[in-house]
Amino acid sequence: METIIREGSPKTPYVRLDSEKGLIEIKGRSIPENSVEFYKPLIDWLDKYGSTPQDNTSVNVQLEYFNTSSSKCILDIFKKLELLYKKGSKVHINWYYEEDDEDMFEAGEDYQSIINIPFTMIELEE
Amino acid sequence: MGFDIEKWYTQKMQGEVLLRYMGEISSEKITEALGEIELSLNLKNEKNKVRKKVYNVFVESIQNLFHHVDIPPATAKVQNIPRFGVIILARDRSFYRISTGNFVQAERVQILRDRIDQVNSLSDEELRTVYRDILGNEGASLKGGGGLGILDIVRKTGNKLEYAMYPHDEDFVFFAMDVYIS
Repeated sequence: METIIREGSPKTPYVRLDSEKGLIEIKGRSIPENSVEFYKPLIDWLDKYGSTPQDNTSVNVQLEYFNTSSSKCILDIFKKLELLYKKGSKVHINWYYEEDDEDMFEAGEDYQSIINIPFTMIELEE
Repeated sequence: MGFDIEKWYTQKMQGEVLLRYMGEISSEKITEALGEIELSLNLKNEKNKVRKKVYNVFVESIQNLFHHVDIPPATAKVQNIPRFGVIILARDRSFYRISTGNFVQAERVQILRDRIDQVNSLSDEELRTVYRDILGNEGASLKGGGGLGILDIVRKTGNKLEYAMYPHDEDFVFFAMDVYIS
């Protein structure tokens, strides 16, 4: 299965979807007007990955900014991972936030309240 | 006759204006505006926390215009383009203000008013609950956000939305909104 790497842009995050390592990374900013267009291929990739996943899947989300349009798409990603977790795969989400960024901390709490996957909030020092 | 947009625009220039824009709210213009305010917020040596909040709320505000504005009426003295909107970011004493303006079809006014009044009536706790409900339970709308934009703005700023509806003619109203970030 192919590894997807997207370099970051002013409105879209760096993304790495690595099937060999079982690693999913989303970093930077996610503020496109049309988030569905950006995230659709990533969600399709997760669908495929779900049929032959690694024993362990690590997910690192380190966002500086994201808009509400992206928030739904990020949830869609987490929901795909939740399916994997329910089927018995080990999945772990690390949600990174800067120490004084209460909005990003709360956003992590929002997702944690909605999805049922081991979820760790990690504070980054400025 | 009709709504005097120039007069309104001038009145909104109080404080130190960091960005003002009147025209087509296109994806490219949004990118440009974001680049511009990011630079100016950095130059202000603003605290990281405040800088991020202003940036975030600005993104939601301008994209709200992008997704929801109506074509302005032919009688308005503005460019006749599909996505016409106004956005101003100003710093006034201890707070930042984001003012937006756009024409809305009269028939949509009541829905918009009800929606904002409802969001304004919510406590912090209720805002969180409603936000999570919408995020978790409803499918993404075609525009992607599922109506979370306004909720997100109020939640992040902790301030109520201030708005005014200025009649233009029988069919159109100019909708102006102020968001304060302290």
